[in-house]
Amino acid sequence: MAHRIEVALKAGLRDPAGEKVKRRAAEDFGIAGISSVRVVDAYNIDGELESDELDLVAREPFSDRVVQAYAVDRPVIGDFDCAIEVGFLPGVTDNVGRTATEALEVCVPRAAGKCQVYTSRVHLFRGTLSPGEAERIGEGMLANLLIQSCRITDRASFAGRGRFEPQIPKVRSRVEPRVETIDLEVPDEGLNAISRDRVLVLSLREMCAIQAHYRDARVREARLSAGLGVSPTDVELEVLAQTWSEHCKHKIFNARVRYRDAESGAEETVDGLFATYVKRTTAEVRRAAGARDICVSVFSDNAGVIRFDETHNLVFKVETHNSPSALDPYGGALTGIVGVNRDPFGTGLGSKLIFNTDVFCFASPFRAGALPPRILHPRRIFEGVREGVEHGGNKSGIPTVNGSVVFDESYLGKPLVFCGTAGIIPRELNGRPSESKEVVPGDLIVMTGGRIGKDGIHGATFSSEELHEGSPVTAVQIGDPITQKRMTDFLLAARDAGLYRAITDNGAGGLSSSVGEMARLSGGCEIDLTDAPLKYAGLHPWEILISEAQERMTLAVAPEKTGAFSELAARMKVEATVMGRFTQSGRFVVRYRGKTVALLDMDFLHEGLPRMELEAVWRPPRPAPDEPACPADLGPALRDILGRLNVCSKHYIVRQYDHEVQGGSVVKPLTGAGDDGPSDAAVIRPVLGSHRGVVVAHGIVPRYSAIDTYSMVSCGIDEAMRNYVSVGGDPGHAAGLDNFCWCDPVKSAKNPEGDFNLARLVRANKALFDCCTALGVPLISGKDSMKNDYIHGDTKISILPTVLFSVIGVIPDARKAVTMDVKAPGDLVYVVGMTRSEMGASEYWCARGVPGGTPPAVDPSSARRVFAALHGAVLQGLVASCHDSSDGGLGVALAEAAFAGGLGIAADLWKAPHSGVERDDHLLFSESATRFVVTVKSGKKRAFEAAMDGVILGLVGEVTASPRLQLRGAKGGRPIVDEDVFDLKKAWQKTLDF
Amino acid sequence: MAGVKAIVITGNGTNCEMEMAHACRLAGCGVVDIVNVWDIYAGRVEIGAYEFLNLPGGFMDGDDLGSAKAGANRFKFAPMAGSNRRLMDDILKFIEDGKLILGVCNGFQLLVKLGLIPAVGGDRTAQEVTLTSNDSGRFEDRWICMKTDPASPCVFTKGMGGITLPVRHGEGKFVPMDDHVLGVVRERHLAPLRYALPDYSAPTSSYPHNPNGSVDAIAGLCDPTGRVFGLMPHPEAYLQRTNHPRWTREPDLPEEGAGLKFFRNAVEFLK
Repeated sequence: MAHRIEVALKAGLRDPAGEKVKRRAAEDFGIAGISSVRVVDAYNIDGELESDELDLVAREPFSDRVVQAYAVDRPVIGDFDCAIEVGFLPGVTDNVGRTATEALEVCVPRAAGKCQVYTSRVHLFRGTLSPGEAERIGEGMLANLLIQSCRITDRASFAGRGRFEPQIPKVRSRVEPRVETIDLEVPDEGLNAISRDRVLVLSLREMCAIQAHYRDARVREARLSAGLGVSPTDVELEVLAQTWSEHCKHKIFNARVRYRDAESGAEETVDGLFATYVKRTTAEVRRAAGARDICVSVFSDNAGVIRFDETHNLVFKVETHNSPSALDPYGGALTGIVGVNRDPFGTGLGSKLIFNTDVFCFASPFRAGALPPRILHPRRIFEGVREGVEHGGNKSGIPTVNGSVVFDESYLGKPLVFCGTAGIIPRELNGRPSESKEVVPGDLIVMTGGRIGKDGIHGATFSSEELHEGSPVTAVQIGDPITQKRMTDFLLAARDAGLYRAITDNGAGGLSSSVGEMARLSGGCEIDLTDAPLKYAGLHPWEILISEAQERMTLAVAPEKTGAFSELAARMKVEATVMGRFTQSGRFVVRYRGKTVALLDMDFLHEGLPRMELEAVWRPPRPAPDEPACPADLGPALRDILGRLNVCSKHYIVRQYDHEVQGGSVVKPLTGAGDDGPSDAAVIRPVLGSHRGVVVAHGIVPRYSAIDTYSMVSCGIDEAMRNYVSVGGDPGHAAGLDNFCWCDPVKSAKNPEGDFNLARLVRANKALFDCCTALGVPLISGKDSMKNDYIHGDTKISILPTVLFSVIGVIPDARKAVTMDVKAPGDLVYVVGMTRSEMGASEYWCARGVPGGTPPAVDPSSARRVFAALHGAVLQGLVASCHDSSDGGLGVALAEAAFAGGLGIAADLWKAPHSGVERDDHLLFSESATRFVVTVKSGKKRAFEAAMDGVILGLVGEVTASPRLQLRGAKGGRPIVDEDVFDLKKAWQKTLDF
Repeated sequence: MAGVKAIVITGNGTNCEMEMAHACRLAGCGVVDIVNVWDIYAGRVEIGAYEFLNLPGGFMDGDDLGSAKAGANRFKFAPMAGSNRRLMDDILKFIEDGKLILGVCNGFQLLVKLGLIPAVGGDRTAQEVTLTSNDSGRFEDRWICMKTDPASPCVFTKGMGGITLPVRHGEGKFVPMDDHVLGVVRERHLAPLRYALPDYSAPTSSYPHNPNGSVDAIAGLCDPTGRVFGLMPHPEAYLQRTNHPRWTREPDLPEEGAGLKFFRNAVEFLK
């Protein structure tokens, strides 16, 4: 028997959720006939309950007597013109349903284990809404049919029934778990077919390597004596496919690359991008730093670790979650953020999480016109991703302190969703260095947290035809921040009590990867899947092993600690299951219901992958085109640039993220006289009793990739460091993280541009190495995502090659931090750094539709001197405000600094150091690197200039009480901008003021 | 004498426990324990051993059934191990014993949904007001200004003038059950904090100064004893000068953040 409790706001009260639906229907869909929308929350209960029990549950946890009305097994509101009900499909994570089930069990203890609550939401519309319009709202805005159901009921059909039936999307499995063996003694086409049909994504070369391994006489003998056949089981093939995936093994970054410059004909061989550029950067920086080396653990764990102070280390990781966010923006982004949380949480002995960062790349939310098939509107992706990160971050109690949004039409096919998380960890825990990872043979494999379902098996590649009505959806996952919070609360307690020896995250590849990686430390493992905690029955052993169900950590627990560990878990309401033990057998063994279902050599599993050999061909960009004449009054152009998507205020997003929880906020994302100027970077104090601060910043300029990825990366790194130094970060105590998102760099018939894309990747890596070694910034962690293309028929959309460069470091005394807003009339305005006519792919040229040209070049050795000098001036308290010059050049930087301070600036831009600049618009909008706008109290002029000795800078003007931005241009000092700063602020704020 | 004993309850989605405990320490509490609520249900810790009960902000159970609803349900119905008492019983005893309770944000929502404030009807278990979705329909993080009511019996706001603190919530709109409840709240000065204009001159209903559309601009509420108090803004987020959003441009701000005063008042009362 099923029941349904409906809850709605009482009549006459404002319904903000309903108002939002009405507004978006009008704004996004042009549907104007709706007079009102009421939202009803439905709790659909699968189980037997008495009427008094139902009434108790409805009255107590499910409704609020002050503002809500409820109804049991009848509609709470019956008067409407159209109803759209959205529920989940079977197997999709229903967080509210889980909480509701728990609440029901608390109220009605006898129902424990016998009732399950499924939630759905009904939107009741009044007014005129055609069936077509209802469908557009339902499927285009309210429901995502990949994971949700959508039922539309009109007044007439409801009148016939008088109520909404309970919606119970229970998983009804018809499957008996089984293990298959796969015959690999087939011709090449057969091997390709196996890889394709099973979504293994292994190349023919890789399949042949596996085939050869299974032919080995020693391997055959071992298999036969373990009761297995000579052919691999599906479990084994899946484990190999996960472990050998691009995601886990970074095959492209480890490939041997032949790089050729098509113009000069020069050739070179790169013996692995990762080894040659990324890893070598860190090695060289560390060697040069000597005793001042800040690195503790790099590239070897789930996240990078650096020193914070005498007693603590910092841990930082940034991940992407692009494909899932394209399919289900909310679930994809939510899973992205709670997923990356587990990386620093699973590093060393586990760190306490102190902040999140997020950077999104979308197509314009204002895009008009038809969309290619299966692509969601960018506005919908924007809103879904924003909300997913909001719920993931806010509900986890981790402040979101830094981020940005980049817009380009190339992200229409796939948005990029970068999520970062940092943690702090005592340098020693129970007498052990906290970064150490050790597993002893005999330690038990313990899984904690959520249960295993079909979530995320093979990621998003599963095709929908293979699903039947009652089968769970595997394409997307929805994170559950509260289950994860309970788990992290428990694990931090277990860590401090010394109850486990090692910890790691269950992410890509699930148990197969987490246990497989940890087993390298002991030399083998034996997993038993028989008693694995499942969300529902009917999973095959291979599915249990590779499921990417969220909120799970894997631990190594010494046998003598297992009792205490389990007892603590039970008390803190966290599920912990022993899944086997670590061994030193040299084998990865899996058992299920008394049988061995996988027996793999650890060596082959981790080292057997054949290396890729790839071709890269660089074709240099076209020379600069003709440019229209410079306008006399550049005020309108400045307002236009300030309002552009990449420059404009992101307050709509920032305000919806909690950036202050944990109490250590020092420099917030929005700053200045009206709390609304754009901060360059964030500063927090993670140890509340100390004034030492953590600084986090980032740089990202994919626009320059349209010309040269070398520029894109070097400018991104320079921007990240500018932002970092602007707020007071110590450039000598900074570490970098590189996240590469690329379009397919492997040449094939369907990807003829692959060799060019790979050459762009090589050039990006060269820039990474050149800049970071010159700046003395080690790389501590990173990630790559290589196939950000959309292909449907003849339509192909590939992203601009994009590198996000994140910087984490320290400000020794957070009370010395500086913000970007000008402070007082009479303060002197300096421009630090050289301005050149570097207009290629600038915001200004993009706005004017001028392609090609020369993007900014970075001189990292001189940048290092500038950063050091400026940091010295900040520490001496000589800097009143400091703002980096980036998108939109000096014009934007000066305008932002002025309006954030609520004051004016009068400046002669020709006094800014410049070279080869002939035009006023170039002076104003060039995006030359390593430049800052700095203001200084007039009494500190001499001290500031002394501190900046040897750095190119110009005193260009002063801060004025009159709130106008008055700029003079080249040569004759003609006025080129004379604007009210509040008008400029308005132009900057209105674009994304949703 | 060990000084004032403070307990900060966490677990299940609460997330401001660290800074709440830090505030208690800075205010001079002798004992400050962060206790996971599951340890209380397991019978390992009793709140009766403390004098100052802190319910910090966060998202208990994700606020999935409405803010603090599932948490309140557990306080009311879940038995504690080895007894047939509910946590709510211990809290009522705690109040009868003359002790202090402070709820911030999610903790305030919990107090309200349990019926512990404003408790003007004499029954501490019947909900009389609520905190519901902001008029904006959004979670928002922003600093707001508040005016205090000097005539309030509230222990925590004694001696305060205008104060600025951050709000960080999606469900903070104060709504009373009816005009009678609102009338009593006003008459007995049970709303010691109201959202105000930026110069602290007067309460306001205008957005964003009143960030959520609260009726009568009410930001904080106490019971008639003045010892049980909750507020939506976060005093524990402003303990230090550098927490203030404009500290780099206001050189005269004191080193100590204004939020600490709530905790100092609590310690002063209990000493």
